[in-house]
Amino acid sequence: MAAIYSLYIINNSGGLIFYKDYGSKGRMDTNDSLRVASLWHSMHAILQQLSPINGCSGIELLEADTFDLHCFQSLTGTKFFVVCETGTQHMEALLKVIYELYTDYVLKNPFYEMEMPIRCELFDINLTQAIQKDRVALLGR
Amino acid sequence: MQFFGGSEISPSPPTPTTTTGNNAHMIYIFNRNGVCLLYREWNRPLHTLNPQQDHKLMFGLLFSLKSLASKMDPTSADKGNLGVPQLPGQGCSFHSFRTNTYKLSFMETPSGIKFILVTNPRTSDLRETLKYIYNLYVEYVAKNPLYTPGTPMR
Repeated sequence: MAAIYSLYIINNSGGLIFYKDYGSKGRMDTNDSLRVASLWHSMHAILQQLSPINGCSGIELLEADTFDLHCFQSLTGTKFFVVCETGTQHMEALLKVIYELYTDYVLKNPFYEMEMPIRCELFDINLTQAIQKDRVALLGR
Repeated sequence: MQFFGGSEISPSPPTPTTTTGNNAHMIYIFNRNGVCLLYREWNRPLHTLNPQQDHKLMFGLLFSLKSLASKMDPTSADKGNLGVPQLPGQGCSFHSFRTNTYKLSFMETPSGIKFILVTNPRTSDLRETLKYIYNLYVEYVAKNPLYTPGTPMR
């Protein structure tokens, strides 16, 4: 039973650059995942407008009936978000780990073009390892 | 339950003299057509839009978020397309989201009335509070013979 259902990475213009599904019944095809990603990007911007207080940096957590969505935004505007089971703990830490992997394996890859879909093998391998470790840690309790 | 520091559906809520006992920033109530039935603010230092646009933005935002949540639902295999209006109760709906400066809690009743509460981010799950407010709405507003459904509350 996966704690994480899926992972999305959006560049700062709102385009989806990475989408990985870890075993949900609601698996989406490419077009749908692109739409959802750009919708999320716009939502993020609008929610900042609605804040009653100055200095809102964007949504961190969306709770729904059957899932939670945790979002992490880097300083450059790249957004990482995971869809997980309700009440999963430590998603922020996992998102930070994924961000580190992104900087190590994607940004430092000389063949990677900025803002383009991610096609880096090492990133995929290490990402799977990180998620597995997280899953094992969760189930091991 | 003195959550707001004043009675919720009075015509002019007392402005809070101290903000320490007061958790909520704003409350909105919409009906299913997007008419804002009630809007109260207790603590809103930043206004970005005029009230009409603000209500429209809030309603549109909730519509899109509900649509997004039902599309992203990982537990149901068959979903409608994005943008198709969902009936209340059909599909998965979100109940709250949190940013670093505020938390928004949302509840939709089967009749399409939407309750939105904006509070500070440390608030815990407010679904019970929203149910309580809905009960107040039913008691004092829906059962009021002088109230026309679909118009802002007085």
